Amino acid sequence: MCLGIPGQITELVDLEFLVAKVDIGGVKRDVIITCVVDDEHPAESCIGDWVLVHAGFAMSRLDEEEAARTLALLAELGDMQAEMEIMRQVGASA
Amino acid sequence: MKYMDEFRDPATAKKLVAEIHKLASTSLSQREPLQIMEFCGGHTHTLFKYGIESMLPDNIEMVHGPGCPVCVLPMARVDDCVAIAEQPGVIFTTFGDAMRVPGTRKSLLQAKADGCDVRMVYSPMDALAIARKNPEREVVFFALGFETTMPSTALTLLQAHREGLQNFSLFCNHITTPATMRAILTDPDLRLDGFLAPGHVSMVIGAHPYDFVTRDYHKPLVITGFEPLDILQALWMLVKQFAEGRCEVENQYARIVPEAGNVAGLKAIAEVYETREHSEFRGLGNIGDAGIQIREAYAAYDAEKKLGLPFDFAQGAVGYDPEHLKCADVLRGVMKPWECPAFAKTCNPQNPLGALMVSPEGSCAAYYAYGKLAKRKETV
Repeated sequence: MCLGIPGQITELVDLEFLVAKVDIGGVKRDVIITCVVDDEHPAESCIGDWVLVHAGFAMSRLDEEEAARTLALLAELGDMQAEMEIMRQVGASA
Repeated sequence: MKYMDEFRDPATAKKLVAEIHKLASTSLSQREPLQIMEFCGGHTHTLFKYGIESMLPDNIEMVHGPGCPVCVLPMARVDDCVAIAEQPGVIFTTFGDAMRVPGTRKSLLQAKADGCDVRMVYSPMDALAIARKNPEREVVFFALGFETTMPSTALTLLQAHREGLQNFSLFCNHITTPATMRAILTDPDLRLDGFLAPGHVSMVIGAHPYDFVTRDYHKPLVITGFEPLDILQALWMLVKQFAEGRCEVENQYARIVPEAGNVAGLKAIAEVYETREHSEFRGLGNIGDAGIQIREAYAAYDAEKKLGLPFDFAQGAVGYDPEHLKCADVLRGVMKPWECPAFAKTCNPQNPLGALMVSPEGSCAAYYAYGKLAKRKETV
C-alpha cells in the first residue's frame, strides 16, 4: 500500500483541478499533480517530468540527477574502497 | 523507468555486499549481532524477493517491522468497516488489501459476498467519482495507512468540500510513523540497534521527524528506497555509522525524498487531520498520539460522526485477536512467522487468519511466498 510507481507526465487534462495524464509503464492514467506543483514547477512545465505515483496522486518528482549520482557512487564504491585499502597499506609500509 | 535496471544490477550488488562484509568483520565490536529493523513492509518484500538477508554477514540481523498499514489494523476496525458497509444505502470503498483482512465476524470481501455494496478502488478519487454518480447513496472511503496515503485522502476530502458533495465521507484510520517508532523503541522486549526508515512515508514527512530516534534513543537511521541496491546501500551506510561511532539520520533515497518532505502534502494533512488521543494497533496496543482523526471543521466528511458508528475510538478499541495467532509478536519483531503455530498450516495466503498473511507487504505473506516456512529453510 505504501509503494509508488514511477511514471512520466504526458499531458495536462485539467489545469483548474491539476489533473494530468501520466504514462505508468505503458498505461495512461489521470493523476492529480497537486503535490508536485509549486511556483518553481508550474503545472504547464510538468510535461515530460518523471513522478512517483501513489493511489492516483503524483507524490514526488523523481530527481534524475540524484538518481544518477547514487548510481555513480554505487558503481564506484567497490573500486574506491579497494583503492583506499591499497593506499592505507602503502601508507603503513612507507 | 529509466533507472530501474541499474538499481538492480547484480555486479554492483556484489560489490556492496562485499563492502558490508568487510565493514562488519573489521569494525563491529559487539558480541551480539546488530539488530536492524526495516520498518516498512515494502522493504521486507524486497529483502525476501532478492534474498538480501542471506547475503548479509552473520553479525547483522534484520528485524521485520510493523510498517504495513493493513497488518497493524486490529480486527475490531475491520468489524467497524463491516458495520458501516451493512448500513442501508452505504457504498463502502477501499484499497484491495483491506478487503481480505479477517474481522471477528467476517472480512469486507465476505460482507460483499453477503450482499453489501463494497467496492475496491485504486484511488480515493475513484471513491469520489462514485459519490458524484450516486448522489442518493452515502459513499464511505476507508482511509488507512501511514503518511504515504494521508495527503491523497486529505486532498480528496478537500476536493469533496470544494464541490459541496454531501454524500462522501472518510472512515479515518490513518496512523503516523514517528509515534509508532517511538512505541517500538520503548518496547522492553525489543533490542534494536538501528532503523531502515520507510522511503515513501519520508517522501511526505521529510527527514527531520526522525531526529528524536538518534537524539533520544541513540539509534542510527537511514531513509531507504525499495530497489535491492537501495537497501544494500542503506545497510552499508548504517554499518558505516556503527563503524565510525556516528549516530545520524541519513537519506539514501534523496532522488525521491526531499529533506523537508512534500510541502503541499503536509499542508493538506495539517488542514484536514489532527492527532487522536488513543489509537489501538494490532500488536502494539494503545499508542497515544499516533492515530489521526478528521478535524471538527470537516466533521461533515467524517464517517464516524456522520453515521453514528457503534464504537468509541476515544476509549481505545479492543483488538480481540484470537490467542493462538501470534500476529502481535511477529509484528513487534520478537517472533518469526514460522514460530506461530498457525503459520503455513491453518493460516496461509488462500485463507489468511491474520492480517500479516493478507498483504504482500506483511512479513508472514513474504515468508510464505519465498518458501521460508521454517528455521531450517531460513538458514539454507
